[in-house]
Amino acid sequence: MLDCTPANIVQRSGGAINPAKTCQPIGAMYAALGIHRCLPHSHGSQGCCAYHRSHLTRHFREPVLAASSSFTEGASIFGGAANLKTAIKNVFTIYNPDIIAIHTTCLSETIGDDLPTIIKGAEIPPGKLVIHANTPSYQGSHITGFSNMTRAMVSYLAEATAAQKKEQVNIIPGFVNPADMREIKRLTGLMGIRSIMFPDTAGVLDAPMTGKFEMYPAGGAKVADIRDAGNSRLTIALGSYAASDPAHHLERKCRVRALTLKTPIGIKATDDFLLALRGHFACAVPAELEEERGQLVDIMIDTHHHFFGKKVAIFGDPDIVLATTEFLLDLGMRPVHVLTGTPGGDFESAIAALLREAGVEANVRAGGDLFLLHQWIKNQPVDLLIGNTYGKYIARAEDIPFVRLGFPILDRGLHSYLPVVGYRGAMRLLEMMGNALLDRADRDAADEDLELVM
Amino acid sequence: MALNPKDLEEILGQYPAKVKRNRKKHILIRDSARGRQEIEANTRTIPGIITNRGCAFAGCKGVVLGPLKDVVHIVHGPIGCAYYSWLTRRNKAKAADPKKNFLAYCVSTDLQESDIVFGGEKKLARLIDEVVEIFQPNAITISATCPVGLIGDDIQMVAKKAQEKHGISIIAFSCEGYRGVSQSAGHHIANNGLMEHVIGLGDREEPPHEYTVNILGEYNIGGDSWEVHRILHEIGYHVQAVMTGDGSFVDLKDAHVARLNLVQCHRSINYIADMLEKKYGTPWLKVNFIGIRATCESLRHMALYFGDEKLMRRTEQVIARELARIEPLLEPYRKICQGKTAFCFVGGSRGHHYQGLYEELGIKTVLAGYEFAHRDDYEGRDVLPEIKPDADSKNIPDLHVLPDERRYRLKIPRERMEELKGKIPLSYYKGMNADMADGSIIVDDLNHYETEEFIRLLRPDIFSSGIKDKYIPHKMGIPSKQLHNYDYSGPYAGFNGAVNFARDVAMSFVIPAWNYVVPPWRQGPLLEGVVEEAK
Repeated sequence: MLDCTPANIVQRSGGAINPAKTCQPIGAMYAALGIHRCLPHSHGSQGCCAYHRSHLTRHFREPVLAASSSFTEGASIFGGAANLKTAIKNVFTIYNPDIIAIHTTCLSETIGDDLPTIIKGAEIPPGKLVIHANTPSYQGSHITGFSNMTRAMVSYLAEATAAQKKEQVNIIPGFVNPADMREIKRLTGLMGIRSIMFPDTAGVLDAPMTGKFEMYPAGGAKVADIRDAGNSRLTIALGSYAASDPAHHLERKCRVRALTLKTPIGIKATDDFLLALRGHFACAVPAELEEERGQLVDIMIDTHHHFFGKKVAIFGDPDIVLATTEFLLDLGMRPVHVLTGTPGGDFESAIAALLREAGVEANVRAGGDLFLLHQWIKNQPVDLLIGNTYGKYIARAEDIPFVRLGFPILDRGLHSYLPVVGYRGAMRLLEMMGNALLDRADRDAADEDLELVM
Repeated sequence: MALNPKDLEEILGQYPAKVKRNRKKHILIRDSARGRQEIEANTRTIPGIITNRGCAFAGCKGVVLGPLKDVVHIVHGPIGCAYYSWLTRRNKAKAADPKKNFLAYCVSTDLQESDIVFGGEKKLARLIDEVVEIFQPNAITISATCPVGLIGDDIQMVAKKAQEKHGISIIAFSCEGYRGVSQSAGHHIANNGLMEHVIGLGDREEPPHEYTVNILGEYNIGGDSWEVHRILHEIGYHVQAVMTGDGSFVDLKDAHVARLNLVQCHRSINYIADMLEKKYGTPWLKVNFIGIRATCESLRHMALYFGDEKLMRRTEQVIARELARIEPLLEPYRKICQGKTAFCFVGGSRGHHYQGLYEELGIKTVLAGYEFAHRDDYEGRDVLPEIKPDADSKNIPDLHVLPDERRYRLKIPRERMEELKGKIPLSYYKGMNADMADGSIIVDDLNHYETEEFIRLLRPDIFSSGIKDKYIPHKMGIPSKQLHNYDYSGPYAGFNGAVNFARDVAMSFVIPAWNYVVPPWRQGPLLEGVVEEAK
C-alpha cells in the first residue's frame, strides 16, 4: 500500500500529491443545503456539480440535489449568462424551490461572469429568491467555499429591522455534520437561549426514511430566520476558517456583535462555548450539562492510561483539527504531526501556540498534503492516526490504528448521525480513540499478555 | 407494466415549452412494429434540469486513462477534479512490482489564483520533474481541466519538452470539462491520445500466442476483467492488453499484435477499435460478459472467429462446467427475484448489458437509458452515417489513421470475414433498443424530475443507476443497485459475477428493514379494543 512513497522528503513546489482538501464549490453546495427549501446551483460545466453531489452523497448516504448551468464550449468562451438565465427559469418551473443559491466554479470565475448582473436580468417568480457566492476553486479550499456561501446568506438575506436587538444568538456552526449542528442547538436550548443557526443541515442530510421522497426535506435554516439574524444580539462563529468571515460581515452589515470561538470539540472548547453564552445572555449552565461535563471528566480520568503519552498524527479541515488537537493535549496525548490542506490563515501559529504550552514538538503545516504527512510518519512513527477516509491508506501502509474524523468519511455509515462536538461528542471521540488503541493492543498482545480488564 | 403515450404526455406537460420540445425527442416507448425508432442523443444538457451527467475530464482521466496502473496521471487544474477522481471509480489493479502501481495516488498541479493569472505551464513542468524523481513511472499523462483551455496553457508543448528531458512517454490530453456535452467527449479525446502516442510503441511484431486478444472498454470495476481473464485463460486465450482495467502502459504499447479485439463498452472505446482495424487490420467483436447467456454467446462467437475445433470444444467444456457449477448457486436467488421489474439507467453501456442478467433472474427491465451514449448505442451502428456532428461536438477532433505500412495484416481472410459477419457481431453493434421489450421506456439523459415521475408511474421493484440517485428510490421504499460501482461489491461480470449480482440483488429485496419503513402506529387505528355489550 502506497509503496511508492519514499521516507526521504524532497521540497516540492509543483502542486499536491494526495491532497488534504478539495475545492470551494462543494463547501458552498453543502452550506446551501442548510437553507430550507433551497436548491444549490453550480454555475459552471456540469462535471463539477456531478462530482460535488456524488461526494456529498457518499459521505451522508442521502440524496443531494443540485442543478448546474451545464456550460458548453461556446458558453465557456462567450460567457454563461444565457445558460444561467435558462437554468433559473427551468429550476423554478420544474423544481419549485423557494430559493436558489448559486455558486461558481473555476470555469465561470476564469471567464469572469458577472453574476449580480445576470441574476438581475433573470426571470424570478414573485416571492422567490436567488442568491449567489463567488467560489473560485483556485483559492482556498472547500472550507473557503462554505464560508463564502454563508457570507452570501448574510449579504442577501440578513436584515436589521428591529429597533432593539433581540435576545437571541446566531450560530454559524462551520463545516460540521448535521449531528453536530443538532448537538450545538441542543446545548444552546438547554442554556435557555433562542438561537438561529445558519446554515443548518440537520433534517436535510440526515433525513428519516418515511416511504416518501422529499426533494426539500423538513430541515434547513428558514429564510425568515436568516433575515432575522440581523436583529440578534450576538453571532457566535464556530471556527475561524469556516464561520468567522460571515459573522464579521453580519457585524458590519447589521451591527450584530461577532464572536469567533473554536469548533466546540473537546472539553475546553465546549466550556468556552457555554461560557460565552452564559456571559452574553446572563444565564446559568443547567445541571444537566454540568452532569454531562462531570461524566466526561470522570471518563478522562478513569481512562487516562489508555491515552497518555500516545503519539498522534492528525489531518483534516483547519477548524476541526485545531479543536481536536487541543482535546488531544488535554488527554496528555502527543500530536506530533498536524496538517491541513487548507492554505493560509492562522492555523500554524494557533497550533504552535497550543503545542508550546503543552511542551510538545511537532510538524505543523497548513496547505500540506497527505503525501507529506505520510513521509513525516515514516520518519517519526505514531500510535494513532486521525483524519478523513483518505487516511486509511496511510493507516494500512504503516499499520497504525485509525480514527475517522471530519469530511469526507466515505467508507463507514452512521458517522454523520452522531456528534463529535460538545461533552457528548467528546465522549464519542474518547470511545473511538480508545477502541482503536485497545483493539490494537489486544491484537498485538502475546497470548500470555492478553488482558481481560484494561 | 408498460407506459401509454398519454402518461408520457402528462409528464412532459409539466415542462416549459422549450424544454418539452427538447425532452420529447430523448424519450421513446419501444414499439418493434415501428422498426428502428429514432432517438435524440449526445446533445447538450438543458441547464438547470438536474442531469446525472459528468464532464469530458471525467470521461478522459476518470474513465479511460485513470485505470492504467504504471502511469502517473497528472491533473492540471485546481484541486477538485483530481480529488473527486481519486479512487472513486473502482477500477482495480495489482502489479507484480508494487512500486509500479500508482492508482492510490492523486497528483494535481493544484492551481492557485496566481497560476490562473500568470499561467500554469511552469508549475506543470515542475510537477512533472517531481513526479519523475519521486515515482519513476513508465509514463505520465496530463489531463486538462476547465480553466486550462481558457488561460491558454499549452500542455502539449509542456509534455513534449518534458518527454525530451526525461526520456519517458508524457502525453497531454486536452479534456477540459466544458468540451462536448458529457463524459463521452473525454472518451474520444483519450482514445485519440492512446492511439497516437501509446499503441504500437512496443517492439513486438507477432502475437505471443496463437489466440491473442485484447479486451477493449473493460475497466475492471470490482474485478470484472479478472473474472473475464479467468474464463478466457481456461479456454486457452492469451490477453495482450486490457483497455484499461488493470491495464498498463507496457502491455498497451503492444496492443497492435492481437488477432482480435473484444469490445465490451462500445461507447468509450469504439474509436480505438475502429482505428486498430484500419491501422493494423485487427477486427473487433462486440462481446458482453455481463449475464450468463451473453457470456456464453460471446465465448462461442470468439471460438467461431478463430474457427479452431479444439478451441470450440474447449469453449463448450468450460461453459458446461461453469454452468453446472453456478446454476445451483443461482436457484435460491431466482426464487426471490422472479417476476420483479427494474430500471436500468447507466452511463453509456451498462444500461443495455445488465438487462440480460436481470432477465436471467426473472426481472423484467421496464425502463432503460444512458447518460451520454450516442444514437449508435441505442439504434445500432447502421445509423452512423446519419449522425451529423453538431456545434457542441464538432470541436472534438477525429483522428484519422492509415494502414500501417509495416504492421498491417489481415488477421483472417477477407471472404471468411464477410462470412462471419453474417453470424457474429464483427465490427458491429446492434444497439440497446433492439433488445428492449415493446412498451418499455427508453430515456436518454434522464433527469431528476423524470426519475421521480417514472418511478411513480412504473413502480419498479429495483432501481439501478448511480450514487447521485441511489438514495432517492430508497426514501420511497424501493431498493436500488448501483451499476457503476456495484455498491462496493463485484465482480459482476462472467459466471462468478452473475452469482454475486444475484446474491446482492436478492439481498436488497429481502432485508427485513423494509418492513419497518412505516411505523406500526401509522398502520393501525388509533385505539383498539372491543365494545362490550351493556349488561
